[in-house]
Amino acid sequence: MSWFTQALTSSIGKKLIMSLTGLFLISFLVIHATINAMIFYNDGGETFSHWGHFMGTNPIIRTLEIGLVLGFLLHIADGLWLTKANNDARPVKYAVSNASANSKWYSRSMGLLGTLILIFLVIHTSHFWIPNRTNQFATGEELNLYQMMLDIFQNVWVVLIYVAGCFSLFWHLLHGFESAFKSLGLYHVKYNGAIHFVGVAFSIVIPVLFALMPISIFFGWVY
Amino acid sequence: MSAGNMRLTLKVWRQSNTNTQGGFENYNLDGVSPDMSFLEMFDILNEQLIEENKEPVAFDHDCREGICGMCSMFINGQPHGPLKGVTTCQLHMRSFQDGDTITVEPWRAGAFPVIKDLVVDRDGFDRIISAGGFVSVNTGNAQDANNLPIAKEDADDAFSAAACIGCGACVAACKNASAMLFVSAKISQLALLPQGQAERSIRAEKMVAQMDAEGFGNCTNTHACSAECPKEISFENIARMNREYLGAKVSSKAV
Repeated sequence: MSWFTQALTSSIGKKLIMSLTGLFLISFLVIHATINAMIFYNDGGETFSHWGHFMGTNPIIRTLEIGLVLGFLLHIADGLWLTKANNDARPVKYAVSNASANSKWYSRSMGLLGTLILIFLVIHTSHFWIPNRTNQFATGEELNLYQMMLDIFQNVWVVLIYVAGCFSLFWHLLHGFESAFKSLGLYHVKYNGAIHFVGVAFSIVIPVLFALMPISIFFGWVY
Repeated sequence: MSAGNMRLTLKVWRQSNTNTQGGFENYNLDGVSPDMSFLEMFDILNEQLIEENKEPVAFDHDCREGICGMCSMFINGQPHGPLKGVTTCQLHMRSFQDGDTITVEPWRAGAFPVIKDLVVDRDGFDRIISAGGFVSVNTGNAQDANNLPIAKEDADDAFSAAACIGCGACVAACKNASAMLFVSAKISQLALLPQGQAERSIRAEKMVAQMDAEGFGNCTNTHACSAECPKEISFENIARMNREYLGAKVSSKAV
């Protein structure tokens, strides 16, 4: 095994991949939330559609989108690989475990939260991204995503699923944001406070912003 | 030791050897003093079992003064029980209530197979140390004190890491049975000192490789290890190990 493969398949290397892909996906969340937040202009989707069109057709963005899909796949595959290895490391479980005395439940549930987000992701992409890209490939035309949002978020169950997805994302980020830096070896009194503050703020702001989108449309605040 | 009046129910893991299936046995124990250590309470239990012509419970212990790291008991869901910063021998029965049921299990990890009852095989830790947790120097007379000037902060950090007694509570507490707190403390104590510089890169690479080969889990950064460590080894060591290892991988001579 070359030094490179050895490094990336080691326990620390697997965490490095988890960390880097996680931070990459965090950067995607910023873009995704920002552009979608354009619906709050309440201008009949004009601003949102302008930027949506740019993201959906710009060749540089479309190329980066391949990287994004790979980033998701790598994060998911590495997560499953780590979860399996971690389960195997303790073949006989404890009869009594008082883990809440030493760690947070969401830190111990990253695999579960990740799976919930994955389920949400399948539902979410089949609502918007997959039909839109399929249509683009078939006809070269984009779908009216704004109108699709207005239609899809009339269903209360869909709205609830999206809000639940945002909750999962909140807990996942609350641990993941800071954890990504620790896995990179960035854990030091000099900046721990700053990373913690930004991490908590990010974990709250992004999911709240996302959750407000289906909620606002459902209640007719955005139309 | 005065006899006490605590009455306890103990739910203890019994397993005759590595290859057999174990299970819990319940024991009632009377006359426990709140001043007894947890291990002394187990001595009383074993005397009772011997009197009843039953097999006493096998458990690891050595110094009984909190520095050897042998007493590996998982008590009521926590390594070394509910008290922070202590080993089992320094846990006293006053931390429990009269009438309590106490569940005692061995460390659970694939890399720590049960030898008997509460005794687990921690040779994996020794093999990790053998892989690189040392400084290769020609022996001879001890150097004069202060021959190598070391900054107080570095000496303090190295000493804090060196306080690790290799008890395995970090592995026991970790949801992934990861040994990263132990390995990172052993890497740190040498990486922080001038004597450790010559083999710094190769040490990080070899110790992590051995840790992985032993089948310990990966780190999720939950901090459970550090919270349960009887020597309160800092989580910072794990971040340092990540830096040492990743730095070594991109810069060491080992290809």
